[in-house]
Amino acid sequence: MMRKVLSIVMASAMTLGLVACGSTAPASTTTEAPASSGGLIKVGIINNDPNESGYRTANDADLKAKFTKENGYDASFAYSLKNDEQIQYAQTFIQDEVDYLLLSAADTAGWDSVLKDAQAAGIKVILFDRTIDADPSLYEASIVSDMAKEGQTAVDWLAGQNLSEYNVIHIQGVMGSAAQQGRSGALDTKVAAEANWNIVKQQTAEWNAEKAQQIVQSVIDSNTPFNVIYAENDDMAKGAVAALDAAGISHGVGKDVVVMGFDCNKWALEELLNQNWNYDGQCNPFQASYIDDIIKTLESGGTLSQKTIIMDEKGFDATTITQQDVDTYGI
Amino acid sequence: MNKQILKKITSNQLFIPLMALILLAVINLINDPGFFKVTVGTNNAGNPVLSGYLITILDYGSELAILAIGMTLVTAASGGQDISVGATIAIAGSAMLRILCGGNSRPETIQAPIIVAFLVACIVGMLCGAFNGMLVAIFKIQPMIATLILFTAGRSIAAWINNNELPIVPDPKFAYFGGFIPGIPIPTTVFIVIACIIVIAIVLKLTNLGLYTQAVGINENSSRLNGINPIFIKFLTFVILGLCVAVAALIKVSRLSTINYSVIAKDIEMDAILAVALGGNALSGGKFNMWASILGAYVIQFLTTTLYKFNVQSDALAAYKAVVVILLVIFSAPTVRDYMAKLSKQLPVTRKEAA
Repeated sequence: MMRKVLSIVMASAMTLGLVACGSTAPASTTTEAPASSGGLIKVGIINNDPNESGYRTANDADLKAKFTKENGYDASFAYSLKNDEQIQYAQTFIQDEVDYLLLSAADTAGWDSVLKDAQAAGIKVILFDRTIDADPSLYEASIVSDMAKEGQTAVDWLAGQNLSEYNVIHIQGVMGSAAQQGRSGALDTKVAAEANWNIVKQQTAEWNAEKAQQIVQSVIDSNTPFNVIYAENDDMAKGAVAALDAAGISHGVGKDVVVMGFDCNKWALEELLNQNWNYDGQCNPFQASYIDDIIKTLESGGTLSQKTIIMDEKGFDATTITQQDVDTYGI
Repeated sequence: MNKQILKKITSNQLFIPLMALILLAVINLINDPGFFKVTVGTNNAGNPVLSGYLITILDYGSELAILAIGMTLVTAASGGQDISVGATIAIAGSAMLRILCGGNSRPETIQAPIIVAFLVACIVGMLCGAFNGMLVAIFKIQPMIATLILFTAGRSIAAWINNNELPIVPDPKFAYFGGFIPGIPIPTTVFIVIACIIVIAIVLKLTNLGLYTQAVGINENSSRLNGINPIFIKFLTFVILGLCVAVAALIKVSRLSTINYSVIAKDIEMDAILAVALGGNALSGGKFNMWASILGAYVIQFLTTTLYKFNVQSDALAAYKAVVVILLVIFSAPTVRDYMAKLSKQLPVTRKEAA
C-alpha cells in the first residue's frame, strides 16, 4: 500500500516536473506580452546555464545588461546545457514570433531543421560564443572566440620574455574541448620548433584546481627543474601556485617561476596586479555589444561585411596591467 | 605450525591493504629510491615545512581517510554505499564560505569566526547525512539510489547557497587547515586525521556503536529481536558520515581558500568506497575493520601519487583504479575463495605423497 502511494506521488511529481521544464522556462522570463511590445525589437536568447562557469555568468550578465527595454529590446532568455532542450526553446521562440534568435548552442549538431523553420518564419538567427555544424545561409552572423589565437598570443608573449631556457609545466583543460585544443596547440608547436623550449610535464587537470595542485606537487617532489607554468585556465593556475607556495618556490614578476593563466577572472587579474602571476589571457565573454551592432545594421537595412566575427581578445602582462584593466576586463 | 601463523596473517583484514602498500612501495623503491626522501624546506611564508612524496601522500590522503571512517560505518550497517559525499562536500564547503564571507564574494575581512563557520558546516553536513539516512532507514530505499538524489542535486544546491558566486576567504589563517601552521613543519591535515582517528577509536571502544552496526548489517531482524533499533543505527551511521564530510570539506575548501562547485571533491565518493573495499570489508555489510579502511584510503592516495609520478594522464587514473577494483572483486568472490581454500588443502597432501 505504502509503496503504491509513494509511486503515485513520485510519478505525478515527475510529470509535473516535466511540464514545468517544458513550458514555463522560456515563458516565465518573458518580460512583456507580445501585443504591448510596440516599437521594441523582440529577441529570444538561448544560452548555456549561467552556473556553468565564471565565464558564462559574465556572458549572461552582459547580455542581460545590453538587451533591455531602454536599449529598445524586448528580450526573453532560456537556459540549458542540453541540446534537445535548447532546440525546444528555439521552437517556442519561433512560435512567439521573435524578430531575432540569439543562440549559444550546447552542441554543434542537430540545428538544421529548427533553423530552417526560423528562416521560413522570417526570423534572423545570430550565433554567439559557439559555432554550429549547419549551412551558413541559415544564420546571419556568428560571433566567436578564436581559441588558437588566444594560445598564440600567450605563447608569443612568453617567447618575448627572452628566458635562456623554457622548462614548462603545461596544465591542460578537459581534453578535446575547443579551449584546450586552441591553447595547447600554440604551445605544442612552439616547443617542437625551439631547442630551448621543453615540456617538463604535460597533464590534464580538467579545469580543476585541486588536480593542478597535485600535478605540480608531483613535479616538485621529483626535483625536476622548471621555470614556467602554463595553465589553461585561472583555476588551475591558482592550484599550481598553491603548490609552489607550499614548497617555497617564488613566482611572479622577476621571480623564479613564470605563472600564466587564462579567462581573466577578476581575482586572477588582481594576482597580476600584485605581481604574483605574470600573464593572463582573455577569453572574451562580452559579446552583447557586437550583437547589438549587427542588429542595428540589419534593422537599418545595411549588410554585414563579414559573417564570422572574431572578437578582440587581449593578453595582460603583470608589468603593465592597471587597476582600470582589472575593473573593465575582470569577470 | 608455520602454516597456522601464515593463515593467521593472511586471514587478517589488514593483510590486503598492507600487501598493496608494500607492493607499491617496492615498485617505487626499484624505480627511484629518491621517492622516500623527505626534506625540510621553507614555504613562501618563510616557515619550515617537510616535503617529499611521502608527505604528499599523507597530506592529500587526509580527506579520503576521514571519509573512509564514515563510509565504513554506513557500509557495515546498511550494506550499501553513499555516493553523494562529493556533492555533500560541495554543500558543506559552500555553507562554510557563506558564513565566513557573509554572502559577499570578496569581503575585506572574515565576517564570522572560523569555528562558527565550521560548526555550521558540520550541521549542514549532518543534515545532508540525516536526509540520506532517513531515506535509507525509514523508507527502506537502496542506499545507492537514495544518495543518488544528493549526488545529482548537491552541486546545484551548493551553488545556490552562495548565489552562484565563488567567494574567496581573505584570512590567511583559514588556509592553515589545508596547509601548514607557521612553525610546524608537518601538514595540518595529518593532525586533523589523527584527531578523527582518536575520536572514532574512543567511540568504538566506549560505546556499542561498532557491535550494533555489525549486528544490524549481519541480520537486521535478529538484531531487532535482541533489542537493537536498526532504523536508528542506520540513520546514525549516515549522520556520522555527514560529520566526516564536513571535516573533509573544511580541508578541501581551506586548501585554496575558495570553492568551485562543479569540480570540488569530484569522484571522491568512488575513492572512498574503494578504500572500504580495499580494507577487506564486505560491501554487502556486516563485520568491518575501521583501521583497514583508513589504511586502504592511504593506499589509494599512494597509488594516485605514484601514477602522477609515472606521468600517467590524470584522466586515465580511473582506469588504473578500475584494475584494482577488478582484482579485489575477483579475490573476494566466493568461487575464487573456495578454489583457493581447496588448493591450500591439497598442497600438504601432495607434499606428503612426495615424501
